[in-house]
Amino acid sequence: MTTWVFSEETDGAPSAASLEAATAARAWGEVAAFYVGTGNPAAFAALGDHGVTKVYHLDPGDALPSAAAAAAMADLAASDAPSVIMFSMGSTDRDVAGRLSARMGATVLSNAVALEVDGGSVVAYNEILGGSTKVATKAESGPVIVVTRPKAFPAEPAGGAEPAVVAIAMPETGHAGSAQVLSRHVEASEGPDLEEADVIISGGRGLGNADGFAMMDELAKLLGGAVGATRAVVDSGWVPYSYQIGQTGKTVKPSVYVACGISGAMQHLVGMKDATTIIAINKDPEAPIFDVSDLGIVGDVNKVVPALVEALKARS
Amino acid sequence: MRIAVCVKQIPDPATPYELDPDSHYVVRPNDQVLDDTDRYGVEVALQLAEATEGSVTLVSMSPSGNLQGIRQALAMGADKAVIVDDESLRGSDSLTTAKVLAGAIQREGFDLVIAGTESTDGYTGVVPQQVAELLDVPSLSFAKKVELAEDGAVRIERQTAAGYDVVQSAVPVLVTVTSGVVEPRYPTFKGIMQAKSKPVDTLGCGDVGVSPTTTQTIQAVEPVPAREAGEIVEDDGEGYAKIVAMLEQVKVI
Ligand SMILES: Cc1cc2nc3c(=O)[nH]c(=O)nc-3n(C[C@H](O)[C@H](O)[C@H](O)COP(=O)(O)OP(=O)(O)OC[C@H]3O[C@@H](n4cnc5c(N)ncnc54)[C@H](O)[C@@H]3O)c2cc1C
Ligand SMILES: Nc1ncnc2c1ncn2[C@@H]1O[C@H](COP(=O)(O)O)[C@@H](O)[C@H]1O
Repeated sequence: MTTWVFSEETDGAPSAASLEAATAARAWGEVAAFYVGTGNPAAFAALGDHGVTKVYHLDPGDALPSAAAAAAMADLAASDAPSVIMFSMGSTDRDVAGRLSARMGATVLSNAVALEVDGGSVVAYNEILGGSTKVATKAESGPVIVVTRPKAFPAEPAGGAEPAVVAIAMPETGHAGSAQVLSRHVEASEGPDLEEADVIISGGRGLGNADGFAMMDELAKLLGGAVGATRAVVDSGWVPYSYQIGQTGKTVKPSVYVACGISGAMQHLVGMKDATTIIAINKDPEAPIFDVSDLGIVGDVNKVVPALVEALKARS
Repeated sequence: MRIAVCVKQIPDPATPYELDPDSHYVVRPNDQVLDDTDRYGVEVALQLAEATEGSVTLVSMSPSGNLQGIRQALAMGADKAVIVDDESLRGSDSLTTAKVLAGAIQREGFDLVIAGTESTDGYTGVVPQQVAELLDVPSLSFAKKVELAEDGAVRIERQTAAGYDVVQSAVPVLVTVTSGVVEPRYPTFKGIMQAKSKPVDTLGCGDVGVSPTTTQTIQAVEPVPAREAGEIVEDDGEGYAKIVAMLEQVKVI
């Protein structure tokens, strides 16, 4: 049986999630990737290294790729007959997953954190209620589209060979495919990449205002970590969306996560609850973040964090 | 501009919901509220309708017995609502939901469809894309800003992992919005009174040309072992020292 993995080019490389998906999928059969982006030999080799034997490559240019990618995938699926088609939570991933589902009349299993694939039978596990409850859902017929949460599976190279690369022409999709990307903007953040960082200092509304993030930056620098945030502060414009951790943001698994002035809403917890050690500072002793913390300090972030910064500076 | 907004009614997140142990369906408490995510979509729609002397129609697949959430959106200023309610839709997957919504939207006619990026309770985040494909229109997703371009096209800022892209399409088009895109208005007293007499059409599956099929079944529901809470201490001015000790213990410093 064949599994397809959707891969959107990110900084010239396959999305991290697609390497995770390929790692999982090679355990149960052949893996092909549907790659959307400019494409380059190193990117294809990285997919091959993770077990992908064939890459379908679509270069959308400045078109918003979702309609074209879905149309091309539906066409290919008619002859290639994949049993499982895997996507991650990225916005293009979900755009294509949804459109492909409608095109093929295929069901979607969403938010999967684990998968059992046995022949044509696919069972996906997803966590609801802030990760407190696990639900197993079985698809009744194939092909099955699965949308997995990032970091559900570890990405491990297998030393696979260079995959065969098949260039796919942009299909004719008429008005549905006519949306254009006019410009791209990168909102730079300093320090290590949030998803790779070993230490994350994360700030919430309890910081009071955007200036509170200067304190987060300072603490992160001292610990060689990255700075994250809740959606509440991203929505307030204190930091860009790329900082957001949680259901609609990034999923992180650092060794240490320090939550400063964060209540611990369900949608935030799903993005960080798998950190090895969680430290929380919150003035409300009833804050739900304390239920998942290894160490909780009931206090004012504006007192505790500066004292911590001073103590760390004194050591270095 | 004729604008259709997909709005979902969900159980009040303040009252925790449960799954029925036999059917595995969500046991919906009676008080349904407007999904907070969709308040942003309604606000964007109202602003665009005001700018173009257009209309705003709410579309929802929802049990019609309790329309509290829909009334909330009507009180904000939407013109009318179309509800699809059918016993056979209980436990529908995302594709069936999308077929129902697309059918209802098609029936009304539209230039622009607005939906949330993901719902609070279902959070599949694929329903709007399925609707767009079924309606054969482009989908501009993850919009943190929505505006009309000079030629009447819709232009958005689309959030990406690295920042944002400016993306544009001519109508008809579907847009999904994130929270933070606008500040949703609160219904005024006048709005609440007017909402009572606004038209609410209730349709069944047949009216929108959908016959639901079972495509996925829940096999098991089990609790995930909870993470154990550790030590909680009141800050007495020395709280930071506890953190230093913990960082030492896990060898970060
Ligand atoms: C569909 C959907 C998706 C969502 N996705 C996400 C997501 O991806 N990520 C996310 O984070 N959220 C998400 N949310 C939002 C989430 O529900 C919460 O609203 C959000 O996480 C709250 O952020 P917060 O903890 O910063 O703010 P609040 O909940 O307002 O908490 C602030 C905390 O700071 C404490 N505090 C105040 N002052 C101080 C002080 N001086 N010192 C110490 N503590 C103080 C308070 O006691 C409080 O606990 C989503 C919501 C929905 C509906
Ligand atoms: N039953 C429904 N009725 C109306 N709109 C819905 C429904 N389900 C989903 N939507 C729309 O689709 C968006 C994303 O939902 P979801 O795909 O469930 O995460 C929501 O914010 C709504 O705008």
